[in-house]
Amino acid sequence: MPINPKDIEWVEEPSMNFWESTYLPAVFDGLRTTGQHVADFHPVTEFYPEQKPDLPSHYRGVHRLNRDDKGRVKCVACMMCATACPAHCIDIVAQDAPKDDPHWADRDKFPKSFVIDELKCIYCGMCEEACPVDSIELTNIFDLTGMSRQEMMFDKEKLLSVFDQTKDSAHNPVRTHKGKLGHASDFTNLHTLGPATTVRADDRSAKANSAGVIE
Amino acid sequence: MPTVIVNNKPVEIGPSEKLNCIQAAERAGDTIPSYCWHHDLSVVASCRMCLVEVGEKKPDGTIAMQPKLSPGCQTPVKDGTVIVSNSEKVLAAQKATLEYLLLNHPLDCPVCDQAGECGLQDYSYKYGRGYSRLQEPKNIKPDKDYIGDQITLFTDRCIMCTRCVRFTREISGTAEMQVISRGSHEEIDIFPGEPCNNKLAGNVVDLCPVGALCSKDFLYQQRVWWLKSKNSVCPGCSTGCSITVDQNEDVLYRLKPRENPQAQGSFMCDEGRFGWKYAQSDRRLTSPEQRSGGKTISRDWDVVLSTLGTTLADLSDQKSGTFVVAISPWATVEEAYLLAKFAKEVNPNARLALGPVRTVGEDDLYPKDIHGQPSLPTKFTIRAEKCPNRRGVESILNHFQGEIIPFSSVLYDIESGSIETLFVLGGDPEGWISDADAAKLDKLKLLIVQDLLGSAASSKAHFVLPGAAWAEKDGTFVNHNGLAQAIHRGLRGPEGSRPDGRILFELSGRRGLFHAASLRKEIGSQIPELAALSVGDLGEFGVSLSSAAKTEPQPVG
Ligand code: SF4
Ligand code: SF4
Ligand code: SF4
Ligand code: SF4
Ligand code: FES
Repeated sequence: MPINPKDIEWVEEPSMNFWESTYLPAVFDGLRTTGQHVADFHPVTEFYPEQKPDLPSHYRGVHRLNRDDKGRVKCVACMMCATACPAHCIDIVAQDAPKDDPHWADRDKFPKSFVIDELKCIYCGMCEEACPVDSIELTNIFDLTGMSRQEMMFDKEKLLSVFDQTKDSAHNPVRTHKGKLGHASDFTNLHTLGPATTVRADDRSAKANSAGVIE
Repeated sequence: MPTVIVNNKPVEIGPSEKLNCIQAAERAGDTIPSYCWHHDLSVVASCRMCLVEVGEKKPDGTIAMQPKLSPGCQTPVKDGTVIVSNSEKVLAAQKATLEYLLLNHPLDCPVCDQAGECGLQDYSYKYGRGYSRLQEPKNIKPDKDYIGDQITLFTDRCIMCTRCVRFTREISGTAEMQVISRGSHEEIDIFPGEPCNNKLAGNVVDLCPVGALCSKDFLYQQRVWWLKSKNSVCPGCSTGCSITVDQNEDVLYRLKPRENPQAQGSFMCDEGRFGWKYAQSDRRLTSPEQRSGGKTISRDWDVVLSTLGTTLADLSDQKSGTFVVAISPWATVEEAYLLAKFAKEVNPNARLALGPVRTVGEDDLYPKDIHGQPSLPTKFTIRAEKCPNRRGVESILNHFQGEIIPFSSVLYDIESGSIETLFVLGGDPEGWISDADAAKLDKLKLLIVQDLLGSAASSKAHFVLPGAAWAEKDGTFVNHNGLAQAIHRGLRGPEGSRPDGRILFELSGRRGLFHAASLRKEIGSQIPELAALSVGDLGEFGVSLSSAAKTEPQPVG
């Protein structure tokens, strides 16, 4: 489309006076800025990796698999995370919990193997969102390296060790502060679920401990 | 015609039809939720999920509604019956029923195998209230790991619909399951020392609307929303139960019965349900092979097939009776047709025989009485003939050969030396040839074996063609009753194997691709006995070869 001459505005270059045409005011202005930086030193360069960045706690880095209050893997192998994962990078093989073992008596199902392909992962956090027992969480750890692709396939042990490493760090709080499994397995003490919908104020559930909160 | 009014919509029902409100509403396109009712079991009306308002339209046009709600499953409809299933009163009752059913329910959906196909989940979403008002601790009952060899019970998830109990009493007749205790202590259990191991036991898992009864075979293998289903037919016996094949990423996980009033009804037997493991065993033949003097010459499909083609073409001048093709009753109608036609084209004197038909014991009729004897009326039959398609293959043989030559006579003729070339189209996963019989095959000049699993015969063959299991191919099976049902390719077989239809299609030099429906049309137009196949698409329930059975659905069994 040709430009309409009416739309063109011609701008004249402002003419310089004597001092400006010597360029000295601009040179001194520049030197003043330099002088200010010398006097008031604020470095903006980050000395990575000697200095680690201070990331917010909702930063989405490498996953961890949390442990429950008995130190077992908290994951109940429901595969919700694998279902939610848009990158299809979670592979879980489930197994029924050993019923004769008192350590596992309260559990039905747990992951025999749990592998996340950290190279395929897009760190979207959908898995964390989907997990009904707050087992899978994304940590602050972002500087992930490995010598082979295989090394970047994080298995259950590795993901649990990430939990052990990060659980006490201020940046990676165990978000629910609960070792409890909740509804997926913990049958002895089930709480009333708060209504997911609005209820009348005189409804009994409105007074439930957890009213308004979906555990 | 009697007319029923469902939510203000008039629906006509047959003059002699005996329907309840749930069925009448279904005709009107409305759903009345139900748990305990199942059309093949007696009515107990215990879950109260199906409560509806029922009334009657008087001849003078006035409508009189009953003041209280009635269970729809237990209320028969007649001319003038009025059903209301969407009033405030009904919705409130549904909400209350669900809340009650969920009172002590653990809601452990994340670890529950039924999640995704669970009646409680679906109805809670559709009709429930979304939260519980229970403040007290739930009444959690211990799980029972051993209901049967294949069945485990998560007692706390049970909603006491008693479908499982009624199934073992009414369909299998074995009555292992029962309700123990009363009130909120009610539990499902087996009669002490009588585990639920009857041959129909697996059906209680399908009948259970929730995740209480689970199949040990499938437990925790997959989440059900990952499974992809295809309609198929169980090849375990000549009853030909309609089933679905559930797979994910080419691994078969389970078979489920598919309701088909013309075939078996709503159920299937455990032999069929759990007996498919051979299809994924390492005994599968996984590469074609051409051998000469005990040495492998080629393992390449193109080479093997084209050499086989020219080798068979050389037989055209052989004299009568020296070239025999044996077609197993495990082959589909299409495969039998392709092979029979090809053999007769190669050599009009070729003899077509029926492969070995395996029968085990006698037909097993259910329900059983207390002495283990079948009692009438028969509701399910596991047939002694352990192959899916004898009738279909026989129709093909009758057309091309005019008689059915049994495999035993083929073996006899091989022994006497009058047969030089044998092409066996197998498929039977249980060894169809004994070592002694296989030894007789040494006399042959040329042996071609197209089969699923390796056998004494395939190790001797000059040509081995690895075929596909029934779940991996398209085709038609004709059951004992002449019902032709389509099977569909639900998953791919191991690399190197090919669907038998495709192998034979290529071998017979046809152009294009194997397509079961077009072949059915061709078969239907050429073979009067199989004329019913000319529709091509056999639909969900199949078509009956005899027109008599077409009009009148066969009784369950
Ligand atoms: S962060 Fe996203 S991509 Fe990565 S595993 Fe979780 S859901 Fe999948
Ligand atoms: S969603 Fe949570 S509990 Fe379920 S499999 Fe994933 S990590 Fe385990
Ligand atoms: S039976 Fe249904 S509602 Fe109950 S835990 Fe299983 S899936 Fe959830
Ligand atoms: S186990 Fe299942 S089928 Fe049997 S009564 Fe309970 S819910 Fe019904
Ligand atoms: S389906 Fe009618 S009461 Fe259960």
